[in-house]
Parts: sequence; C-alpha cells; structure tokens
Amino acid sequence: MVWLIALPLGWASLTVLLGPRRGAWTAISALTAQLWLAFELAQTVRATGTVRHAVGGWGAPLGIDLAVDGLSAAMLLLAQGVALPVAIYARAYFKVRSGHPGGVWFWPLLGFLIAGLNALFASADLFNLYVTLELVGLAAVALVAAGGGAPQVAAALRYLFATLLGSGAYLLGVALIYGVYGTVSTATLEPLLTVEAPRLAWIAGLLMLSGLMLKTALFPFHYWLPPAHGGAATPVSALLSALVVKASFYLILRLWIGPFAALVDRIAWLPAVLGATAVIWGSWHALRAVRLKALVAWSTVAQIGYLFLVFPLLGDDRIALHAGGMQMVSHAFAKAAMFTAAGVIVHTTGRDAVAEVAGVASRLPVTLFAFGLAGMTLMGLPPSGGFLAKWLLIEAALARGRWDMVVVVLAGGLLAAAYTFRVLRQAFLLPPSGERRRVERRPIAVLEWTAFVLAAASVAMGLRGMEIVQLLDAGT
Amino acid sequence: MTANEALPLAVIASSLLPGLAIFALPERRVGLRTALNLFGAIAKLALVATLLAGVSAGEAYAFRYAVLPGIDLAFKADALALLFITLSAVLWLFTTLYAIGYLEKAPNRSRFFGFFSLCVTATMGIAMAGNLFTFFVFYELLTLATFPLVVHRGTTQAMRGGTIYLAYTLFGGTVLLTGIVWLFALIGHTEFTQGGVLSTRADLPPWKLQSIFLLMILGVGVKAALVPLHGWLPQAMVAPAPVSALLHAVAVVKAGAFGIVRIVYEVFGVEFAQLLNLLFPLALVAAFTIVWGSLRAAFQDDLKKRLAFSTVSQVSYIVLGVALFGPLGTIGGLVHLVHQGIMKITLFFCAGNYAETLGIHKVSELNGAGRRMPLTTLAFTVGALGMMGAPLTAGAVSKAWLMDGAAAAGMGWATGVLWLSSLLSAAYFLPILWRAWLLAPPKAWPTPRIAPHGWRETAWLLLLPPLFTAAATVAAAMLAELSFGTIPVTPLAWARLIAAREYGALNAP
Repeated sequence: MVWLIALPLGWASLTVLLGPRRGAWTAISALTAQLWLAFELAQTVRATGTVRHAVGGWGAPLGIDLAVDGLSAAMLLLAQGVALPVAIYARAYFKVRSGHPGGVWFWPLLGFLIAGLNALFASADLFNLYVTLELVGLAAVALVAAGGGAPQVAAALRYLFATLLGSGAYLLGVALIYGVYGTVSTATLEPLLTVEAPRLAWIAGLLMLSGLMLKTALFPFHYWLPPAHGGAATPVSALLSALVVKASFYLILRLWIGPFAALVDRIAWLPAVLGATAVIWGSWHALRAVRLKALVAWSTVAQIGYLFLVFPLLGDDRIALHAGGMQMVSHAFAKAAMFTAAGVIVHTTGRDAVAEVAGVASRLPVTLFAFGLAGMTLMGLPPSGGFLAKWLLIEAALARGRWDMVVVVLAGGLLAAAYTFRVLRQAFLLPPSGERRRVERRPIAVLEWTAFVLAAASVAMGLRGMEIVQLLDAGT
Repeated sequence: MTANEALPLAVIASSLLPGLAIFALPERRVGLRTALNLFGAIAKLALVATLLAGVSAGEAYAFRYAVLPGIDLAFKADALALLFITLSAVLWLFTTLYAIGYLEKAPNRSRFFGFFSLCVTATMGIAMAGNLFTFFVFYELLTLATFPLVVHRGTTQAMRGGTIYLAYTLFGGTVLLTGIVWLFALIGHTEFTQGGVLSTRADLPPWKLQSIFLLMILGVGVKAALVPLHGWLPQAMVAPAPVSALLHAVAVVKAGAFGIVRIVYEVFGVEFAQLLNLLFPLALVAAFTIVWGSLRAAFQDDLKKRLAFSTVSQVSYIVLGVALFGPLGTIGGLVHLVHQGIMKITLFFCAGNYAETLGIHKVSELNGAGRRMPLTTLAFTVGALGMMGAPLTAGAVSKAWLMDGAAAAGMGWATGVLWLSSLLSAAYFLPILWRAWLLAPPKAWPTPRIAPHGWRETAWLLLLPPLFTAAATVAAAMLAELSFGTIPVTPLAWARLIAAREYGALNAP
C-alpha cells in the first residue's frame, strides 16, 4: 500500500533527471507495476476486509494512518487502470510533438498527480486528506498550464483559483473540526459527530462540502472546468476528467457516509438538486459546443451531476452507493476514452470543430468505434458499466419513490445520446466532395488503440458488475 | 458448463465472433469476409437445427450469468424463442447472400457486414432472453447496431432518416427501461415464465401493473411500429435494400412484436392481462394500425415507402393475434411472425432488384418491368398475393387462423378489420402487379445498371434469394400441416406447439 504512494513519488523525481524519452518508459513500467499492486491490494481487501497501515509504526492519533477499504481499493485500481493507458497514449502523443513544452513536464507532474491520488484514496484523517487534495490540485493545475499557450495559462489560472479556494474552504472546515473535537482522524470523529453536534461542527461540514463541490465542478461551481479540461493537452484532459474530479467527489462520499453520516440527512437534497441541474445544464452546453473537446468537457459537467444524485438515496441497502461507485468507475474509463479518441480525430484531421469531422468513420474506424463505445457508457446503454450505474440509480430512486430523480436520470441519458450522436452522425457523413484537400496527418495506431482499450474497458464493466459491487462492499 | 448451457451461447457466438473478425478485416479481403459470413450463417443454422430437435423433444436449454446482485443475464431457448431464432437464422443466410451481391464493389463493406452480424447477434439475444433485463440489453444493442446500417450511404438524406430512427428508438428504449425497472422494484426480478410471472401476484395494485404494461408496450411498440409510434419506419427506407429487408422482416419490427408476445404471455400471462383489461385496448391499437398502415400505403408512389407502410399494417396482425384472447388467435399471431417475415423479405429483395438493375424506385416507373425481369416480378407477385392473403400463400394461413381466433374470442369487429385490410392490400398491391405485367415498358429504363444474361435478368446473387423466399411463401401454405417424425417443421406446426404449451393441454386445438 505504501508502495502505491512511494513509487510514483520516486519516479516523478526520476523522470526529471532522465528527460522525457526515458522518463516516459520509466513511468509506463512503474505504472504497470502499480496496476499490479493495486490489483493485489483489491484482492486482499475482498478476501480479508479493510487493510490498515500505520506509517513508520506510528498509529493514530499521533502518526499517519492509512486505511484501504473496498471503496478505496476500487478507486486505487481505477486510478492505476486509467493512468497506464493514458501514459502509453501520452508517450506517442508527445513524441510527434517533440517541441511541445507539455511533453517535458508531463511525466514528473503525472507522477506527483498519481502519488497524490493514491495517498488521498488511502488516507484516513482529515488533515492528510487536505494535504493530498492540495497535491492533486497543484499537479493538475501545472499539467494544464504546461500546455504552453495563453489560453491554457488563462484556463490554468482560473483552475488554480478554484482549486485553492476549494481546498481553502476545506482546510477551514478541518480547522474548525479540530478546534471542537481535538482530532482529525475519521474513525475517531465518527462517534463524536452526532445530531446534537455544536453549530460550529455544522458550519465546518458545510465549508468542507462546498469546498469539495467547487473542486468537483458541481453546478454552479463548474465554470472553471470546460476551459481547463477542453483546452489542455489531450492526455491531460483525459486524466483530469477521469480521475481528478473523482478524487474530490470520493472525498465527499467518504465523509458523507463516514464521520458526517449523522449530520447530512437534512441537507441531502442540496447536492441532488445541484446534480440534477448539472445533468441538464452540462448536456445542454455539450449539445451546443462548437469544439469537439469542449463537447466532451461539458459532458463531464453533466456526468458529475449523476454522481451527486446518489446522496438522498444512500441507505442501508447500499444500492445508491453501488450506483455511485459504478458511475465513477465507468465514467472514468469512458471519459478518458472519449478525450483520447477526440484527440486522435483532432490530431489527424487538424480540426477541432464538431461540424468538420465528416468522413471520419471510414478513415478512423477504430477511433470512431472507441468514441461510440464510450458514448454508449455515457448514455447508459447496455451492456456498458454506465447502464448498470443507471439501472442501480433508478432502482434506488424507485425504492424511495423518487420519481423526479428517475426522470432526471432518464432525460440525462437521452441528452447524452443526443450529444454523442451529434458527433457520430457527422462522422458517418461523406466528406463534402468539392472541398480542397485537407492537411491531414496519418493516424497513429498506438493512439487509436489506447482509446479503444479504454472504451472497451468502460463497456466491459457492464459484464463484471458483480465483482465491482463485491469490491465496493468489502471491508464494511 | 453442460451442452445444454453452451448451445444458447454458441448461437450468439456464431454471429458475434464472425462479426468482430469482419470489423478487423481490411476492405480488400473479399474472399475471407464472404467465407466468414457464410460460415457463421451456416454454423448457426446447424445449431438451430439441433435446438429445434431438442426443444420439440422437451429438452430445456438455458444459461445464466450474474451481472449484479439479483440481476442475471439469462438466456433460454424455449419453443417461442426458437420460432424467432429459426426465422432469423434462415433469413440471415439469404440476406447475407443478397447483400454480398448487392454491395459488390461498394465502399465500407467490412463495416457493413460487421454491423450486419452484430444486428443478427442482437436479434438472437432478444429471442433467447430469459428475463426482461436481458431482453432490454439486446433490444438496445439492436438499436445501436442498426444505426450505422441505416446511415450506411452517408448522404444527408440517409442521416436524416437515421436520426429520426434513433430519436424514436432511443426514446422507446427509455420508456421500456422505466417499465422494466419499476417491475423489478416491485417484484425483485424480471424472469419470463410460462403463464406469466405476475399472474400469481394479484396482490399488487392493478393501476401499477397497468402503468407498467403501458410503459412496456409503448417501449416495444416503437419498434413494432404501432401507430402513432411508426413514424421512423418509412424514414428508415433510405437504408440499402438488404438492410431494409432485414429491418422489416427479421430484426427491428419483429423485435418489437416479439417483445409484445413475451410481455403479454410471459410477464403478465395472457389470462391475467385479460383480467386487468389490458388486451382489449391493445387489440384496438393493433386494429387501428392495420387499417391506418394500409391506407397510407395506398398513397405512396415510392415503392419502398409503400412496402414500409404495408409493414406497419402487417406487423400489427401479430399484435392483434396476441391480443385476441384465445389459443387460435395466438397461433395466428405467432405464425404470422414467421410468414410476414418470409413474404416481406421477398418484396424488399425484389424492390432492391428493380432499383439495382433498372434504377426503378417508384411505382409509376414499374410499367412493363415484368417483361424485362420476369423472375423477380414473379417473386414479387407471390409476396404481394401473400400479403393480401390470397389462397395457397403463407398469408392465407395466418389470416385464416386470425379470423378463427377473432370469431372464437367473440370479436367480430376484428374479422371486419382483417377483411378491410385484405381489400386495402389488394388496392395497393394489384396496381403494381398490373403495371409490371400488363403495361408496355418505357423506351428506356431510368438508370439501367445490370445487363441480362440469357434467363438471368440480373446478378444471380440478387435473383436467387427472392426466388427461394417466394418458394418458401408457397411451401409454408401447401405443407402447413407437415411434420418430420415428431418434430414440427413448418411455422404453423411450431406455433401450435407453442400455443399448446402456453395455454396448457386444456383447450389446445
């Protein structure tokens, strides 16, 4: 478990020394090892329940406690599982752009990002979580800024502002909690935070929640996401949309069902209402987006909305939790696939407008297939992971008689179909014949196939739902 | 895994695996692609033959796999499934042959045949689904696999048709999903069982069950092209001829009709559905669709559109048969599922032949086509007569059973609807036959593309499939009562077997 954090920190520093070419290989081989470690860890968690580790032999309340239960193990596995294909994609992506400034900084920043994510998923006290959240946020901002151009830097600054504000609010909340209870360990806090908690604890909880919602880009805090995710280099967009926003969502979910469980009932409607609005608002903008990558970025805003729908539905039957976990996992793969596929289309045709992808179906069949499969997950069509998430969400909503949420979920699926097919139908059109020959680059097989593998994984989740649910339930 | 578990999977795999392999093939590997296609189609036929023999002897073929706690992907090859599977497997072979001839030298054939195989895979899954969850999985897969086929030509017109098709079917899928999950939330599973899973749950509030029925029928009714949900079907006619043939005869509309059969018989149970007053409204909708489709067909000059509205009308015969409470109607509806498939595919093959050979797309251009293409026109004539319900064709058999069913159910008005529909079919098919056989041909055909070689009026891969299916249309009527030992081999005999099992030995005819 400690290796999952130490290893990426190690190779992050190493890649600075090695330079981008050898650095890329180091990163890819290390990520392969990490994927294996995460897989082993998940197996252990499934077999024996929560795995705990006291760093340096110092347990809570003095030292740093790491704890990995089923949810954490699933997130760890997800992080390595998405990062490895994206790293392979990135190597080929930056190779053909040898002058790209992003290529030099990508590898060390990727290492710090992964280390931060892994530490976040394994941490068990509020302050540690803050540190890891900050590490993830700063690495992500740097990755966006490393794109080089003025729009990227502008987007990165907006992003930086949002992420600092978000973690600031979170830290303030943590400080208040520490002031009241004198501890930041989630396990110790759980019995202390009851409905009779002092007002200060409520304020702290709300501060932490809003900070994290800002970082997750939940409507109306989403304003920073489309420029940052849509403008960054493609592998960066993929990582940000697939993993980084999930990190802060994971944290909300973790605190919601953990230490703050007794407090949250009264405000459960809030994230759900914002989530429902996000589904509609994000889809609407995706439908109107001019640029392909902007469309994919707005789709992330919409899909994040789904995640927040689970909060009023959480309960003893755990269906809503399963729905949330399934949605996180399948959306991560699908969105990484969609960004990487969009990257291939933009790279090959040299154009970024949705209206100009005509003819892609016959020239880039693999990429388009990847885009379509990823779209299937986003629309929630079977047999994808997104479908199982949608099914579970509807089931949980019906079990509580929440027809309003059923309607939101179904409408969101139709809207996702509308924006996905906006791209696909363009791609199937014959290219306009009178047009002069475009400047086109040859498609790169590695890029096409990594996108395809990510998309296929998001669909395959739909057939392995049982394993995912069992993992999520492990250690509870 | 036992052989009885593996067989349903093998039926799925026999089109899925060739399909996936074809996607990976480069465009120029024509020979290998054709070999894969035919291998898949023939292997599937062999598997289906094994299943037919087994099921009529009382074997049970089932396979299940847990996807989520309490939710299984379940396949079962029962008698009802086999009716649909056999139809699809046989017509797939013919359509594949036809498509190979039709698309000769056309671009993007790997993509076409890949999705074509996926489409058949989805149909097999729909037929063998053991619960609503599995049914829905393959039902939506069918939507996705047919979209690239509908828009295959890549023109803006094709895209318009494809978009309308998607809008209807995805909306229908959403409504269907709502019904399914609601049912799941109520009873905790969605299995299909003979006699209906809900028939033992009279404790549930009827308004809930009625709403679920409405949602589900709306969902599958889109694909079954029930009026007013039929708008996509004439628009989807922009697809290449083999796709239209498959869409109309086997895959899409039949998936919808088959869904209605499963929902009525195996989710609600026909007697329970009658008790909830669900069958009469369904019969009304079907009757209205039959008449409306026929009326609209009479006013179409575009040949494929006329056939499309004829499909709208004919598919509702199946629905009407299901909604007529009683074994006779059931037999009529089920047998029409097969008969309509054979007849309609013949008509679409012929329409494709006229278009490919002479460039004829409109009814008004058909003058004298019978002299230039006698064999195609002969096949077309058989199909058209079958649609009218003329004696010695498969259509007459279905219609006779449906009428008996209507009489037995005490729904005299349904008999009237069937007669009216026959008259209307005559009104829109006879002028075609009259033009083709009796009027003088024009000086020049619109765009002649294929020159005749002796008796071969067009390419032989285009000519043989309609001739075979036309012959089958006649054979299904002439040999309707034939059985091979104890194995029922004709659609009618098989439909009677299903009805006997569905209604119990009690009042089987």
